[in-house]
This record gives sequence, structure tokens and C-alpha cells, in this order.
Amino acid sequence: MAFNPKHILTIRDLRAADINFILDTALSFKEINTRQIKKVPTLRGKTIVNLFFEASTRTRTSFEIAGKRLSADTINISASSSSVVKGETLEDTAQNIEAMHPDIIVMRHSASGACDYLAKRLKCSIINAGDGTHEHPSQALLDAFTIRQHKGQIAGLTVAIVGDVTHSRVVRSNIYCLTKLGATVRVAGPRTMLPPGLEKLGCEVHSSLSSAISGADCVMMLRIQRERQGKTLIPSLREYARFFGLNTENIKLAKDDAIVLHPGPMNRGVEISSFVADGPQNVILDQVENGVAVRMALLYLVAGGEQLPKD
Amino acid sequence: MKILIKNGHLVDPKNNIDGQFDLLIDQGKVVAVEPSINAPDAEVVDASGLLVTPGLIDIHVHLRDPGLEYKEDIISGTRAAAAGGVTSIACMPNTKPVIDSAPLVEYIINKAKNQGSANVFPVAAISQGMKGEVLAEMGELKAAGCVAFSDDGVPVVSGELMRRAFEYADTFGAPIISHAEDLSLVGDGCMNEGEVATELGLKGIPWVAEDAATAREIMLAEFTGARLHVAHVSTKGSVELVRQAKARGVKVTCEATPHHFTLTDEAVRGYNTNAKMNPPLRTRSDVDAIRAGLADGTIDAIATDHAPHHYDEKNVEFAIALNGIVGLETLLPLTLQLVRDGVIDLVRAVALLTCRPAEIIGIDRGSLEVGAVADIALIDPELEWTLDAQKLQSKSKNTPFDGWQLRGAAVQTLLAGCTVHPR
Amino acid sequence: MTAESVEILDLDGVNRSLTRIAHEIIEKNKGVDDLVLIGIRTGGAYLGKQLQQRISDIEQQTVPFGTIDVTMYRDDLASRSDLAVGQTDIPFAIDNKRVILVDDVLFTGRTIRAAMDAMMDFGRPQNIQLAILIDRGHRELPIRPDYIGRNLPTSRSEKIKVDFDQHHIPRAVRLYKH
Repeated sequence: MAFNPKHILTIRDLRAADINFILDTALSFKEINTRQIKKVPTLRGKTIVNLFFEASTRTRTSFEIAGKRLSADTINISASSSSVVKGETLEDTAQNIEAMHPDIIVMRHSASGACDYLAKRLKCSIINAGDGTHEHPSQALLDAFTIRQHKGQIAGLTVAIVGDVTHSRVVRSNIYCLTKLGATVRVAGPRTMLPPGLEKLGCEVHSSLSSAISGADCVMMLRIQRERQGKTLIPSLREYARFFGLNTENIKLAKDDAIVLHPGPMNRGVEISSFVADGPQNVILDQVENGVAVRMALLYLVAGGEQLPKD
Repeated sequence: MKILIKNGHLVDPKNNIDGQFDLLIDQGKVVAVEPSINAPDAEVVDASGLLVTPGLIDIHVHLRDPGLEYKEDIISGTRAAAAGGVTSIACMPNTKPVIDSAPLVEYIINKAKNQGSANVFPVAAISQGMKGEVLAEMGELKAAGCVAFSDDGVPVVSGELMRRAFEYADTFGAPIISHAEDLSLVGDGCMNEGEVATELGLKGIPWVAEDAATAREIMLAEFTGARLHVAHVSTKGSVELVRQAKARGVKVTCEATPHHFTLTDEAVRGYNTNAKMNPPLRTRSDVDAIRAGLADGTIDAIATDHAPHHYDEKNVEFAIALNGIVGLETLLPLTLQLVRDGVIDLVRAVALLTCRPAEIIGIDRGSLEVGAVADIALIDPELEWTLDAQKLQSKSKNTPFDGWQLRGAAVQTLLAGCTVHPR
Repeated sequence: MTAESVEILDLDGVNRSLTRIAHEIIEKNKGVDDLVLIGIRTGGAYLGKQLQQRISDIEQQTVPFGTIDVTMYRDDLASRSDLAVGQTDIPFAIDNKRVILVDDVLFTGRTIRAAMDAMMDFGRPQNIQLAILIDRGHRELPIRPDYIGRNLPTSRSEKIKVDFDQHHIPRAVRLYKH
């Protein structure tokens, strides 16, 4: 089945076969990262712009390394998130970049739908590296890759995702990705952090951490933004940690061989205790390592798709 | 000069007319309505196959004049009205400056009279500068010609101020038009809170933000005994609140917009900024409730909330796009669709667009009795056309209905006997 | 595929060719010291495995065997519709080794160019030798095989395919006319 995506904007729009193809491709690329010469000429002559309107170290670095290992020229641009403040519209910013003929724009933006917006207006390929609270496809793919690596397959697994679901793009992409691959996804968090209609995305909704992780094969903890403390969603990080933090006690509710994932960056002592974060079940650094391979696969598949229109 | 409109199907709900009548106009007034009129000295307009109705009345329009003329002005806005069969509009005060003083009311009335293609009835602000702090000079504003008071778009937060606004406006016999929303519940929401918002990762505006505020306004109206008109009801709960209030005798009326009885929040998919408005598009059950409210009389008028915005204000990320859509030129076909859908009959539809809104703002329009001003719409209810936003008369093209196949259009609009559309 | 095809080599023909190539490799390299076999996925990898077996049978010594996927080194990325990438598995160092690169059909030479580039990313071999089952001509690069099963003049529009069974054992070579 041919999979020549022009863009990677959402997981929602991918088929299970597409996701598996991406993961298989990533497996081939993963080997490069262990070589002495960690570089292949695959995307020689391609220009990739990492257009980040929102601070990000992990994702940007991961995409940058992925691009460089494929021999593409990668350029990082950190733009002001607020086009209003900057006095330039998103369209203008993007068109200015496109005038320099990049082949792929990897984009992170604080507004949901911003990548969709650019994809509708520009000729080059767009890879969504996180748009607002909408989707974060490469994160979900690297999570799936990591789960597959440890569990052999995804179908039949139970994956619990705990945290601020309302404000998480990681959750949305993960729900689509994992359920398409046949897993059962449970999400949990305080009700203030669970938006309405979540079930319609295909997951189970739990209001306690213990019920969500009981018997789970995988537990994914989401980062709690420190700035949410003391506002209307949670009274304090202390209380959050007590009821929704993963620790050496409550993790026993999950299967003995359950793995623990975290998209990072972690708040140790809040959503995850250090003993779990550094414990035997954690696969957090595998996620980071696999992130490069998955992003290499995405860059390769997008660049290798149909020829970019000549202008 | 006399004009004789012959062979039309006259629908004038105010006067219980629904049938084949001729109508004679002289000196801008209706001088005769009879099954058949012979007037050799009159210019004859053949209205065979057409509906002849009072000119439509839209009591919720943003003309953006003064101050925001790059979006719309009184000239372009009233041309859009005429093209949509609308001859009278009430315009909202959220201009720059805000319509909170008599000279500004006079400016609008005069500019409309001299250069406009429709009657314009200003709605003045409840509070000075629409800041929600001090009452506007309602007595002077009313004397200058405003028909109602509203802080539309910026709901009055203070219960005390709103109470006094009801009482004070009642002193001068004008209704309060409420944009009912609890802003603390709206937060920075940008679409209806629900499945679609969850999926798109957009901040939601819960229905309770509107219902809670509507309930407060109704309570205040009930308490003060003053008149309340609830603007653009969009939720099932609001409709029900108004229904119950009416049943116990509260002086409350309300309006619904064509987009709220036509579209749901599904229209936002694809981050379509032309589906972004306030109140937001809701769910199917809300749409059904609004349709039921139109049918059972709970909802008194259809009004567009015509809210022109420049291309640049919509061609941005969804979260920062401005709220609102233009509506004057799609009002008629979308309302006629309700008739075709069997929601309301034709007479009720015309009433919702003419005499009922006229009563709410207390103007002597929306009727074709002998002696009335000859504001008339000639409507081909079956005319099929495709909406091309770029061809709208409005300066702004922000409509979610671009490219839609529509049915029904005003083929001719007369303002005091003069043809203002087609131009 | 219903295209008309002709059998070029039968099972015996393929086996004879492989056995001869194995002998030639040993002869030319005066034994198997420092020798490694690397097959180009997928056909070359299957044949490489066959050569490893034959060399082992002759010399009673196992030659290291690896497989290489050259997709990432190809020069036609934009014009391909199938983007599948196979895995490279070279579980040994190739520095100072004599590498026998194995492929099934030699055509334009571009795959071999890609394979050689890939190899260079793994280390610095003493030399690289090329073994192929069928040389069908039409070279576009200055590449010449060291070991050839069969020279087969073809037209550009024809296709050559080596058939393998489910155990990846070569059965025959067929020519497809279009």
C-alpha cells in the first residue's frame, strides 16, 4: 500500500496501515543511529526548516538530528508565538520562509490548527511538531514505536494515560494512534482536566489514577504545567501529586511488566516520582532515542512522496 | 409617481393577508391593497410568481460606522440589506467611538437617510463606552432616535448595573437587548465546548455560559418589570428559559440567527474561521431547540447578527480570528429553508422577519396596510443561486455559506416606494 | 503478472553458476581470510547466503555474512512511489576486509554505486569485489563485476527476475518481455 504523504498533520487522518508503515520505516532508520558514521545521504540537497513558534528543546533537537542524519540541510527558526505582538501574520512569516524554497517545514505553534492553516496556504510539505492542544503526531508515533519495541505488538494492550488531558496534544495523537493499532486506551485525570466528548475519540475515561492503571500494560504520565497550579483546574501541585502522581506504590496496580512512558520534560515529584522515573519499568530514554528514528522516517516519507510542485 | 405591484402573492402577517393581491404605491406610501387594482397612470411591476412582503427587518446588525469603516459602513451595509430584501435594520453600538451619545445617534440616522439604502435604527449603549460601569445617557439617546439599549458583544458583568439599566431604560420606554454571556465561563474559549472542540484542541465555550446569563437577565427583567430582548439565543437552555419566562408573564422577547438554526459546531472543522462567532455554533440538539422555538413562538424574530470583518481578521489562526459573520444577504434564503423543511409556515417566516421585530424595537414598519410606508420586498422563493462571497454587497466577505446552493432571493426591494435593489 | 516470460536459467543452471562463483572467489582471494560477504537486499542477500554456504562447504570455514539495504543511498527518491526501506544488518566490522558485494541482477550500476557508498559509511574495506548472477548490460556508471553467473544481453524494456522459493532458495531466472 503506497503511503506518500504530502504532509503529516494529524494521526487522526492516518490509517493503521500508514502508521505501521511509518513504524517499520523507523525501524530501518534506527540502525543508523548506532553506527559510527551516523549519516546517510538520503535527503541530500533537501532543505528542512524547523519553524518553532513555541519553545521546545526536545522535539526541535530530535527533528534537527533526524534531518542532519539524513543529510538534509536543517535550519532552525524560533519565531515569536504571537503574530499579533510581532506585527506579522502567520501567513506572512511562512510565506517569507517558503520564498527561500524549503522542502519541508517542521512546525510547532501554540495555536491549534496552525499547521493545518499553513498546509492549506503553502506549497511545501508541513510536518506538525505540535499545534496548540490539538495533535503532536511524531510524539505519538515514537510512543507507539517504543511500546512496540518493548511489548512486541500494540494490539490487545491496555495503555493508561494520566494527566491534564484538556491541554495535551500528546493525548489526542496517542488516543488515535494506539486505538487504530488495536490497543485499549484509558485516560485519567481530575475532572477539571478531562474535556467533554473524550470517549468519542475512542478512549475510556477514568476519574481515578488507580482505576486507569489497574492491569495496564503501559502507563503514560503527562506533564503538568506548573503554571496551572493555584488556578481553577487544580488547587496545588502537592495535592495533584497525591492523587494523580505515579509512585512506587500505585504502580503496583499495573501489570508487573508494565512500562512507564513520559513525553517529557518531567516534573519529578509531581506527576511522577523519581523512583518510578528512574526505575526498572521506565522507557523514557528509549522514547527519546526512538524519537530520532521516527522523525527520520517522517522526513523521509514526506520528502520522498510526490515531487514537490515546481513554481 | 405611482407604482402598481400586480399579480403578486401578498404576505402581510400583521394584517392577516396571505393571498393574491395588487398593491398600489403613491408618494412612497401604500395607498391601496385589493385583489385587483387598475391604475393606468401607474408604473406596473409584474409580481407574478413572486411573494410581496413588507421589507424585511433585521434588528441585529453591526454597521461598523463610525470608526471601523474598513469592515463596513452605513452605505455598504444598507446596500447589503437592500440586496437581501431588508429595508430596516437596527445597528449595534460597538463602533469607534461607541454609540453612547446623542450626536452619534444623529450621525447614524442622518447618514443613513442621506446616503443609505435602508432605514437604520440605532441601538445605543447601555453603559458609557460599553465599559459596564456607568449608565449611558439613555434619555437623550432615546430622544435622538435610538430604539433600544445594548452592550452587545461586551456583556454587562455587574448585576447591579444591569438592574438599573432595566429600570432606567424602562423610564424612557426602550427595551434592553442583552448579549447574555457569563464572561468568566467563556474565558478564552473560541468555539462551543463539546466533542468537536475536544477533538480540534480548541478552547470551548460551555452552553452554561449563555444559559446562566440568560437566566440572570430574565430574573432582572422579571424583578424590574422592564422589557428584555435576548439577542441571538444559541442554546437549548436559553430557548427553554425564555419559554418559561414568557409563560409566567415576563416581558421578554428573543431572536435567533440564521446560522444558529442552520449550522452546528461541526462547521468549525478544518479550523474554518468563518464558522467562528459569538455565541458559537452549537450542537444539533441546540439547533433543533431553536427551530422548535421559532415554531412555537418562543422566538420572536430572526436577526442576522451581521458582523462584517476584514479578510485579514479572519485569515489567521482560529484562536485569534475575530468573531462573527456577515448575514444580511443570506437571511432570506436560510429563513425560507425553514419553510421548506416544514419547521414554520410561510406566514410565520415573514412575521419573524417583519412585524415581530418591528414590534420589539417599536418602529412603524413591517406592515403593508393602507397608509404604511412602502418598504417592500419582492421575493422569488424558488430562485436558486450559488453564493459567491466575493459578490456580496457588504464590504466584508466573511460567510460560512460561500459556495452554498441557496433557494430564494429578493428580486426587488423598495424603500418608501423607491427601488433600492436591484440598483 | 501475465507478461510473457522466458526461462534463462533453470535450477541446475543457477546452482552451477553459484558454485562456480564460490570457487572463483576463493581462488582469486587465495582462500577466505579477511573475506566477508554482503548481500544487497533482497535478491542479493538471498544469493549471498547461498554463496556463504558453498564457500563454507569448500573451505570448511564460515565467511561472515551481512545484508545491506541501499534505499537510503539511492538517487531516485523523488520519482519512486514505493518508499519502503529495508533493514541493514552487518554484524561485523568491515575495516580492512575484502568485501564481496553480492547482487542478483546487474543493470545500470546505480544500485551498486549506492551499496558502495553505504559500505563506506560502515568502515574502510581493503577492497570491494562484486559478484552478480546476471549481468544484463546497459551500465550507466563505470562499474564492472568481478564474478558473473551469466552475461545476458537484453533490451531496456525487458525485465530480469530471479525467482526464489519461500525459503529464499533461488529456483530460476526469467526474462520478461513487455
